[in-house]
Amino acid sequence: MNLHKLTLKPIFIRPEAHDTGAPILEVANLNVRYNGYMALEEISFRLNRGERLAVVGPNGAGKSTLFKVIAGVLAPTTGQVKVAGGSPGRHICIAYVPQRTQVDWSFPTTVAAAVMMGRFGKIGLLRRPARRDWEYVRECLDVVGMTSLASRQIGELSGGQQQRMFIARALAQEAELMLMDEPLTGLDVPAQEDIFRVLETLRAREVTVMVATHDLQQAAERFDRVMLLRYRLLGLGLPDAVFTAANLQQAYGGHLHLIQSENGVLAVGDTCCTGEPA
Amino acid sequence: MNALWTLLTEPLQYAFMLRGLIAVIMVGVVCAVVGSFVVLRGMAFLGDALAHAILPGVAVGYLVSGGARGALFWWGLGAAVFTALGIGAIGKGSQVKEDTAIGIIFAGMFALGIALISSVRSYAVDLSHFLFGDVLGVAAHDLWLIGIFGGLVLLIILTLYKEFTVLSFDPVLVVTLRMPATLLHYLLLVLIALAIVVSLQTVGVALMVAMLVTPAATAFLLTRRLSRMIALAALIGASAGIIGLYLSYYVSVASGAAIVLVCTGFFLLALLFAPQRGLLWRRSA
Repeated sequence: MNLHKLTLKPIFIRPEAHDTGAPILEVANLNVRYNGYMALEEISFRLNRGERLAVVGPNGAGKSTLFKVIAGVLAPTTGQVKVAGGSPGRHICIAYVPQRTQVDWSFPTTVAAAVMMGRFGKIGLLRRPARRDWEYVRECLDVVGMTSLASRQIGELSGGQQQRMFIARALAQEAELMLMDEPLTGLDVPAQEDIFRVLETLRAREVTVMVATHDLQQAAERFDRVMLLRYRLLGLGLPDAVFTAANLQQAYGGHLHLIQSENGVLAVGDTCCTGEPA
Repeated sequence: MNALWTLLTEPLQYAFMLRGLIAVIMVGVVCAVVGSFVVLRGMAFLGDALAHAILPGVAVGYLVSGGARGALFWWGLGAAVFTALGIGAIGKGSQVKEDTAIGIIFAGMFALGIALISSVRSYAVDLSHFLFGDVLGVAAHDLWLIGIFGGLVLLIILTLYKEFTVLSFDPVLVVTLRMPATLLHYLLLVLIALAIVVSLQTVGVALMVAMLVTPAATAFLLTRRLSRMIALAALIGASAGIIGLYLSYYVSVASGAAIVLVCTGFFLLALLFAPQRGLLWRRSA
């Protein structure tokens, strides 16, 4: 809610055309300093179109900060972020899907109206949603399987439904890059499976997705690549190469119990929440 | 029936009552509409601070014009817009937390206002008018100013309704949709400032926050749609103004206080009896 932390930008922004040859996301030597400490240090990586990446790391490791910089909400101290070849602040196609706790669910609005908010960028200042915008919202709700809940008050949704509503909102935005901040945390298994089904649809639409998660096993099994983050990029690639005992030790310190088994390293009891600022 | 009619129309034979009535209706609507966004964004403290902080501006106007009322509106307007933008800038790289900074500035400005006004000998009466309003002193000229600026506030909110809605629900979304987030934030502060200046004469700075927050909070308890919440808040604000004014006429209590008390009464009723969310409803469920 703190607007002062948001970056100041030119008042009216004309979205840039995409450079289709460029990777959807390219981060180079990114550093973010926050109240005197380094929140992110020397991060460099690139993502391919349609890829599904899990971002793993303890609380306060900088996952949310990384997402906010990529979304153009937070300015990097040094370094560069390029989305489809341009700066994030000029793109309307990046969706930041917030943690469910970051929003006031008693806000007086319906599911459809909340999803419509994602279209406001396309609709533009001073215009009202047209009939085809409402049709588009309906299609987005259909993708996440929530058409029947369109006229519900948002406070009546379950955790999984809230999360899918946010994804529908990102779809309404016509996002090509979605940054999801712990969408799976606190959901039961069926609700998590609903989300994975939606992620599958997103892949078919060539939407690139970055998902912050605490679940190492899920990250290893359900994503194309994984990223291990703790202020610095400890690893990015296939789970076997990234989730090594040494890397995990470096990321979690003593908070994670690692068990060597014939299948490799198993992580047990990710007792996160070290109390560091998120 | 006839007696009730007399009861309602009798006060209106006085022109000052009629003007007061028109003023409280307009003020009630404008404050409630702006206040809906104040409530949803959790800016009640900020609204209160803003109202108090315009006192020195009003005081300077009072001193330079030698107690004439006409100039007060414009001095108040200048002070309010200036403070709104100042409050908006607080917190950027400051040493203390935002709400602490607002508290310090708000009390300091308020004290400065009182000090300035107290330099005039017979200040007590005028000070109380600034603090608690003097709706019966509203002149025809004031009605025009309230109407024009109140109308302007409503027009801007109507035009930027969808932008202010997202700003209140999810400020990060405003940025990723590349809407002018900072501009909208400052604009909302200026609209609050305008609503405050417009209501200066009816409720005064001390009770101002009630006009902004109470009708909107009451409406929030009664509906789950933003558009309905705003309409209902406007209705509650205007009716509280009317009822409060009649109360002050017949029971002879200060009009500003009466209006705010009626607002508070509405809120308590909603808190107890609102369908589903009311305290009594929940107990029986």
